[in-house]
Amino acid sequence: MPKTIQRWTRSHEFWLLAVVVVLSMFLTAATDSFLTLQNLFDLLTSTSFAGILAAGLLVVLVFGGIDISFTAIASVAQYVALTIAKTYPIGWFGVFFVACCTGILCGLFNAAIIHKVRISSVIVTISTLNIFFGLLIYITRGDYITSLPSYFREGIWWFEFTDSNGFPYAINFQALLLVVAFFMTWVLLNKTNIGRQIYAVGGNEIAAERLGFHVFGLRCLVYGYMGFMAAIASISQAQLAQSVTPTTLIGKELEVLAAVVLGGASLTGGNGSVFGAVLGVMLIAILQNGLILLGVSSYWNQFFVGCVILLAVSATALSQRRRYA
Amino acid sequence: MTAFLELAHISKHFGGVRALRDVDLSLEAGEVHCLVGENGSGKSTLIKIIAGVQAPDPGGRIVLEGREHSRLDPILSTKSGIQVIYQDLSLFPNLSVAENIAIGSHMGLPRPANWNRISDIAAKAMARINVNLDLETMVSDLSIANRQLVAICRAMAADAKLVIMDEPTASLTRHEVDSLLRVVNDLKSRDICTVFVSHRLDEVMEIAERVTVLRDGGKVGTFDASEITSRRLETLMTGHEFDYAPPRPGGEAAEVVLAVRNLTRPGHYEDISFDIRKGEIVGLTGLLGSGRTELALSIFGMNPPSRGTIEVSGKPLIASSNRVAIASGVAYVPEDRLMLGLALGQPISANILATVLDSLAGKFGLIDPAERVAAAGDWIVRLNTKVSDLENPVGTLSGGNQQRVVLGKWMATKPRVLILDSPTVGVDIKAKDGIYEIVHRLAAEGVGVLLISDEAQEVFYHTHRVLVMRQGKLVSEVHPLSSTERNLQEVIYA
Ligand SMILES: Nc1ncnc2c1ncn2[C@@H]1O[C@H](COP(=O)(O)OP(=O)(O)O)[C@@H](O)[C@H]1O
Ligand SMILES: [Mg+2]
Repeated sequence: MPKTIQRWTRSHEFWLLAVVVVLSMFLTAATDSFLTLQNLFDLLTSTSFAGILAAGLLVVLVFGGIDISFTAIASVAQYVALTIAKTYPIGWFGVFFVACCTGILCGLFNAAIIHKVRISSVIVTISTLNIFFGLLIYITRGDYITSLPSYFREGIWWFEFTDSNGFPYAINFQALLLVVAFFMTWVLLNKTNIGRQIYAVGGNEIAAERLGFHVFGLRCLVYGYMGFMAAIASISQAQLAQSVTPTTLIGKELEVLAAVVLGGASLTGGNGSVFGAVLGVMLIAILQNGLILLGVSSYWNQFFVGCVILLAVSATALSQRRRYA
Repeated sequence: MTAFLELAHISKHFGGVRALRDVDLSLEAGEVHCLVGENGSGKSTLIKIIAGVQAPDPGGRIVLEGREHSRLDPILSTKSGIQVIYQDLSLFPNLSVAENIAIGSHMGLPRPANWNRISDIAAKAMARINVNLDLETMVSDLSIANRQLVAICRAMAADAKLVIMDEPTASLTRHEVDSLLRVVNDLKSRDICTVFVSHRLDEVMEIAERVTVLRDGGKVGTFDASEITSRRLETLMTGHEFDYAPPRPGGEAAEVVLAVRNLTRPGHYEDISFDIRKGEIVGLTGLLGSGRTELALSIFGMNPPSRGTIEVSGKPLIASSNRVAIASGVAYVPEDRLMLGLALGQPISANILATVLDSLAGKFGLIDPAERVAAAGDWIVRLNTKVSDLENPVGTLSGGNQQRVVLGKWMATKPRVLILDSPTVGVDIKAKDGIYEIVHRLAAEGVGVLLISDEAQEVFYHTHRVLVMRQGKLVSEVHPLSSTERNLQEVIYA
């Protein structure tokens, strides 16, 4: 079907993929270490946190909302879950269960306020970011949790194998959660009627209301899902860091938002795909990784990431303007 | 016969605004019921109450298939077979044609999306009204007319007993309107009730069995179509009579301001010759695709002809660009006033003066703000436009007044020839009348006007003679004074 192919080559994802491929080829040629199993695994592991959050945020953006508070939700969720896990033998399941319940509750709180007060979600979630985070710091006084249960410290380590240099590899906890998060989001958005309702509300909320969509229910689901993903991401991060620090996650909001927008999600709602978000996350991760491998001073890191985002977003905006001109 | 839906004592306030007052309405299975009224008379509000999107003020009664309700909700009204095609279409621009049409199958409890079912429903709905759109195209990529078709298909896809169309023809061409009217007839034959809201009274008279007239939120009455005329309807809608006499013919001896000879552009139009005299209003009509707009654009320098000549007041016009055309005294007001004619976010004054900024510029090429305001104000008065502040964005004006601003913008160039492309599309009767008045006044001031329109009635009643195009050729010239509207219709649709 040439029409399908044409649609695909005109899509945002196609161009993003091309950029990712070109950048990867460049880094492979320019450095010895980019295309090594070890580097790729490290990349996957260190992207896990931002990637899982991106999956959650994508759903919110498609719905036509925005959430800034997810790093605070993640901080609260991991602190609550691991404080309990430190004293009670709740096991893996318990850790996830407590974290996810906490995250979902925070998300529902966001949804309820946005819906009842009918103010923009940016304002609400900037406020709740400060509320959640402020409460956390007040109650914990900023204390770390370091003595984590042993099952948690070990994580999982499946399908272990060793490369020719004797380094061990495996499907680790972070990679697994990342893949599961994107897969779940893909199923939700593309394979369920609820996902399609989320797109519809993002495209035209008034029309959805007129058709009798349960917009409040959807809003709860979307922000609850964001809270859920924040909880999953926070567990992934705590396992990697082997400790919980209430302050480390705050400040990563914009990086995640940038990755999702780079992936083609629009801030006005209705647009965005899981594949695009994956590519957005990949592009930023590879770029940051490449800058380190190339030995560029880490001070330049943010500068380059900012430039790439600006370029990508401008290119999309310009090409769309041309299309509608 | 019992009514499918009966409304009694329906009122609706929005804050202090009274949109409806004590309205009764009864709809029967299989009838075609037209709802007419000027802009703001409450038609859309009444429809939203039937759809359950808005609740009426307490005290009203709604009887739906024999059951009484104090208000409806969207789920209940959809389940009972009420389908609404809203004025704004209420489509999802980010979803495909198929998903928009079959959006109903996404409703309800969580479950897997069934894409095959969706394509199936959409294809069937399109087949029912005989349209053919690509199922995978995003609705944002469709023209307005095609979006309208998608909205109609969506109503067809549901098992409707009552289909309500809120001004479905506002942006359709005559040809598309005809297919829509066929759809309505098809619905009728299947015992489905249609409520048709329109400004175009000729359409209403063509299909209506009963007509309900609203004025200022109140119901004037419901009439059998057989006992009423479109002239009478107009009076009922507005509360006063309009003068529809054809305008006085222009002087036969007047100077020729536009002479077109053997103008040809293959594929667009062929061998077109005609004159327009000073003070004359010439209508140009024909079916969609007959080449009217292409011809007009050529005269305005935006669609170069390959053969033939154009003369403005005896001087040859080599219309290579619209700047040249404007300089030699040709003005053009485009069909889609919103998209092409105005910068909606810019102040009214800036819009009016956009075409004459050069002539206002002072010694250093700068424009004196006071002079700018005076010049713009002058036009506002001449065009009889209601404007609270010249510096408000044009987007804040009503449709009819926006149209007048466009006219003002072009009149400021002091044209000899003014081309108006479908100037009254989507405008209500009162505003239409204002536009005709402007056109007549401009003609009286000596401008030669070429009025392009889809509506036979419009050109028949408001021009001195009518040129009819078909497939790129001028096929006929009709003189309203010595002919009838029906005759003109026959020439157009022959
Ligand atoms: N949501 C609303 N809020 C406030 N006023 C409204 C609203 N909807 C309609 N109105 C007002 O109600 C009146 C009737 O509007 P409407 O039903 O849209 O008329 P019509 O469809 O006949 O043009 C208008 O004065 C309009 O301004
Ligand atoms: Mg209306």
